[in-house]
Amino acid sequence: MTAIAPSTSMGLDNRKLGMWTFLASEFLFFGAFMSAYLLYIDETNRGPGIEIFDIPFTSVSSFVLLMSSLTMVLAHNSHVRGDMRRMRLWILATAGQGMVFLGGQVYEFTVFSREGLDLTQSPFASSFFFLTGFHGAHVAIGVLLLLGLYSLSRTGKIKPGQDVKTEIIGLYWHFVDIIWVIIFTVVYLIPELRG
Amino acid sequence: MVVRVPTARSGTDLTADREADGVVRKNLAARGSRRTPRRAPRVALFATVALVLAACSGDQSALDPAGPFAQRPQDLIVWVFGIAVVVFVLVQGLILYTSFRYRRREGDDSMPEQVHGNTKLEIVWTLIPAMILAAIAVPTVQLIFEQMDEPDVDYLTVEVIGHRWWFEYYYPDYDIYTANEMAIPVGMPVRLEMTATDLARSPDLGVIHSFWIPRLAGKQDLVPGHTTYLNLQADEPGRYIGQCAEYCGLSHVNMRTRVEAMGMADFEQWVEAQRTPAPIPVAGTLEARGRELFGDLGARQACASCHQVWEGDSPRGPAQGPDLTHLWSREEFAGAIHDLTPENLRAWLANPNAMKPMQYEVNGIGMPNLNLTDDELDALTAYLETLR
Amino acid sequence: MATTTAAGTDTARIRPSKSTGFLSWVATTDHKRIGILYFWTVLVFFFIGGVESSLIRAQLAQAELSVLTAEIYNQMFTMHGITMVFLVVMPFAAAFFNYLLPLMIGARDVAFPRLNAFSYWFYLFGGIFLYSSFFLGGAPNGSWVGYAPLSTNAVSNMAFYAVGLQILGVSSLASAVNFIVTIVNMRAPGMTFMRMPMFVWMTLTTSFLLLFAVPIIAVALFMLQFDAVFSAQFFQPATGGDPVLYQHLFWLFGHPEVYIMILPAMGIVSEVMPTFSRKPLFGYAAMAFAGAAIGFIGFGVWAHHMFTSAIGPVPRAAFSVATMFIAVPTGIKIFNWVFTMWGGRIRFTTAMLFSVGFVSMFTIGGLSGVMHAIVPHNAQQHDTYFVVAHFHYVLFGGALFGLISGVYYWFPKVTGRLMNEKLGKVHFWTWLFGFNLTFGPMHMSGLLGQPRRTAVLPDELGPTVELYNLLSSLGVIVLIVSASIFLFNLIRSIRRGEASGDDPWDARTIEWMTATPPKHHNFDVIPVVTSRDEFWHRKYAESEQGIPVAVPVGASVDHDADGDAGHIHMPDPSLWPAIHTLGVLPLGYGLVYANWLLIGIGAVWMVTGMFGWIIEPLAEGDDDEPALAGSAAH
Repeated sequence: MTAIAPSTSMGLDNRKLGMWTFLASEFLFFGAFMSAYLLYIDETNRGPGIEIFDIPFTSVSSFVLLMSSLTMVLAHNSHVRGDMRRMRLWILATAGQGMVFLGGQVYEFTVFSREGLDLTQSPFASSFFFLTGFHGAHVAIGVLLLLGLYSLSRTGKIKPGQDVKTEIIGLYWHFVDIIWVIIFTVVYLIPELRG
Repeated sequence: MVVRVPTARSGTDLTADREADGVVRKNLAARGSRRTPRRAPRVALFATVALVLAACSGDQSALDPAGPFAQRPQDLIVWVFGIAVVVFVLVQGLILYTSFRYRRREGDDSMPEQVHGNTKLEIVWTLIPAMILAAIAVPTVQLIFEQMDEPDVDYLTVEVIGHRWWFEYYYPDYDIYTANEMAIPVGMPVRLEMTATDLARSPDLGVIHSFWIPRLAGKQDLVPGHTTYLNLQADEPGRYIGQCAEYCGLSHVNMRTRVEAMGMADFEQWVEAQRTPAPIPVAGTLEARGRELFGDLGARQACASCHQVWEGDSPRGPAQGPDLTHLWSREEFAGAIHDLTPENLRAWLANPNAMKPMQYEVNGIGMPNLNLTDDELDALTAYLETLR
Repeated sequence: MATTTAAGTDTARIRPSKSTGFLSWVATTDHKRIGILYFWTVLVFFFIGGVESSLIRAQLAQAELSVLTAEIYNQMFTMHGITMVFLVVMPFAAAFFNYLLPLMIGARDVAFPRLNAFSYWFYLFGGIFLYSSFFLGGAPNGSWVGYAPLSTNAVSNMAFYAVGLQILGVSSLASAVNFIVTIVNMRAPGMTFMRMPMFVWMTLTTSFLLLFAVPIIAVALFMLQFDAVFSAQFFQPATGGDPVLYQHLFWLFGHPEVYIMILPAMGIVSEVMPTFSRKPLFGYAAMAFAGAAIGFIGFGVWAHHMFTSAIGPVPRAAFSVATMFIAVPTGIKIFNWVFTMWGGRIRFTTAMLFSVGFVSMFTIGGLSGVMHAIVPHNAQQHDTYFVVAHFHYVLFGGALFGLISGVYYWFPKVTGRLMNEKLGKVHFWTWLFGFNLTFGPMHMSGLLGQPRRTAVLPDELGPTVELYNLLSSLGVIVLIVSASIFLFNLIRSIRRGEASGDDPWDARTIEWMTATPPKHHNFDVIPVVTSRDEFWHRKYAESEQGIPVAVPVGASVDHDADGDAGHIHMPDPSLWPAIHTLGVLPLGYGLVYANWLLIGIGAVWMVTGMFGWIIEPLAEGDDDEPALAGSAAH
């Protein structure tokens, strides 16, 4: 947020560059969790394994999360056009879908727990819950950021012309979505396809 | 703190002390231009070399190989070390030469030519090190495989299990259990199959250890949940010492090990002795009383709950603590940190944690203090002395 | 220096406006002040780490001593390693990054000034958190690498380690993002990448290393912490967990970490040597690319810390070869430094002595490193004092010498005074002697069979090993004396050192153009850069033979002592970084003790702090939106 240097060496806003840089490191964060999960996929300690997944259910919540990326784009677009009312609407929609996704995760984890799969059960369990749990934490933080964006816009602190702020939150949100696409594919779909 | 800093005019007359705004600024370019002759470093160098050459040998020295699996890495590293010495002399020599030759002399304020680089030179000192390293890489990779492969002649297999804080040895060919001291025949490769605490038999869930007898081979980690392998061989009879070389907690330093290499005939004798069940003392003797106590200490935990003394009637099996069937055939005990004498053993039984810090009260690791009375100590020590 | 507060600002916001006093330091967002905060905090932790190492050496001065119990000894070497790596060397580099980076690239501050303050506070609180463990049941004793499953045992006290390092990791990650954006996006007009000072290149490379390495250790530490405190099953062999996974994750961070520790010092040496040789850095392009190569290859050699672990001959061979090849870019740098000196007119100031010492000592450490790469013999060297010798030569003889060189070099710019050169030289020679006396013999004692992390010196290693250990312990005494001389010189010079002026060394880079100490806004006029070593080229033109010729005075001086800087708009101080980061303490303790109430308090505190931060504009009266030319087009 430099009110000091009006021009930047690369012509990019500092905040955007900062978010991209941060997201680069996040790829490694999730990559490490993913590697551990793949290593431990068969270490179920005589407990439940991948057969416990409910693909249809998780597909629905994945779809919701994917759609939330669409509403996020629409929110940013509205902001660029200066239509703050629409922007707030789409922000709420995005946050709402995020919360639906989270609710689905909470439900899913509760069911798993009842069926004998909790964090302490096995290496497979621990790495599954870490991978999806940390992703969920990122979604939750994203929801908080979106709601913050909404309220700041309501109180007039975020104005048209300041669409960079919506853009960088959008970047974060899309990243979280992409990570989920990868997790969903690798954790849920591929083992299912392998049979 | 506010400092009134006079405005400096940089880039001008560099020779004289400058005066500006009433403050005389010393000519900094003149600082540090006097070189004192340096004898001290030369003396230090000689002293160092002398010290180094003084002793390369020692019982746990990696520079005194006693078998091929230690000798071959040494042969390779001597070459690499030699190259390293050459590079060292070259670089340090360059530094010293450059420092002397191009130091600013008193009163010299000329500027040097602003050289930015020299492509040819830079290519040379990129390629030559790369080539030297490539040359070193070839025998290194070869030796890696050679050292780790199964020996292609007959070899002895010994299973090693790392515990906190002692090494368990099991000879699968002979069904022998022992602890801390391993007997091997001279001139024959020994392949160690290693892991850290087999979980099924101990509350100690196992931590990483490392087996290391420098004169016979490099070290290899013992990792719970994995089986690792190490080849070693002694070409001369003798007692070779080593210790655990991967930090494993409180008494890591008290986890030592010995390899006793002997002629084949002696080794076979040793095997026979180890395969013999422990003798049962004559009834009514002090030793018999000790044997009773060993099996039953009333309300206190019995020795036999952790230590096995195999008397031949039941199948031999692993135990939580060191196998004591032939305790007195060993020279040291408690992780090979104390000489095995009646006095030391008695002191150990009286208060093991005073002789080796352990954590039995905290998490069941190690040996508890059993609060044995003097009579009990006499009896137990006498009994254990019969276990030859 | 305080900016004016616009009328009608929200009075609910707390915002100190004074420029002096305790609160002004707590609320500072000025990168120079943050650098100074880092520096003094580093000195405190360096002292503590030194106490720990002195106790270790006291215990090992002779065989079978009992100066320390085994438990305390194990805590000492664990905390010594953690302190020196995470609380001294890394933040020491951060001190330099913070102070110098904007000055060197012609910027007025870093990209995110409050995030910069955040990084400092997280460092401070992380260090305090770690050390509080001594009073809360015992410090971590599982070694600085914290191998599982030992470190997941309660007896290892490693929950503090896991959470503490996590806090420090966040600090570093935030810094990395900040510096990358600053370097990429805020260079002065005309300062292309190839015209940046080499120190800036090294900062950039280090920041990328941090960016990619810190998340990996964060994963390892989360797993460790949950195994230890919440009964997760990441590294428990009983349920199928694999301790080797921890090693891979740790060293994937750990190896880049050592380059994170050395590259800043290399950057410093690359600034000091040209100044005192009066020649440009030899082979600038090669230096920049070699640094980047070291960083890049550095991500591919991690398992050379695991040669004796449960890995087979194929990975051992692969990592052996990769490790050997890191010596190539390293060698390039060594030769380039020597040839910077070659043909120069070298002034052996204390700063220069330490830089030359760096090159010399680091070479030794690098050579023992190449020896480590010879896997079959690595099995003899690993986990012995030979390794301890190696890394102290590269980190103490290397990184620390370089960082100290930087202190002597930039001290005048920061304080306007010179450090005493006589005392400086005494410091250097005693430091060099004490260092070699302490760590030189360790090469031998390691090869003679002395393993690492041993709470006593075993008798059976023999009298020669005992002698070497005694020498090492005596060396520590020399180092203590030497460090005292340095500290004395430092404090005395701050108080009554000789005035230095703006450019006492006739230096080459633009940070020397500013006022001394630099004003809050750094440059009155952002310089337009037309070449590498911009400042030098403003002072000197080159004759046909490449010899510098002084140009008329005036073009090189930036600051106008009576100039009015009121039109320069700087970020205001802010308490939010300090307030926000304080919440990490309840959060951290909650995670160590599995206390949900504390976790909740900490989380809410930090989230609230974060929102307070976000709402506050960077500077009062700011519409908080820079008039970005053409931003509407984005």
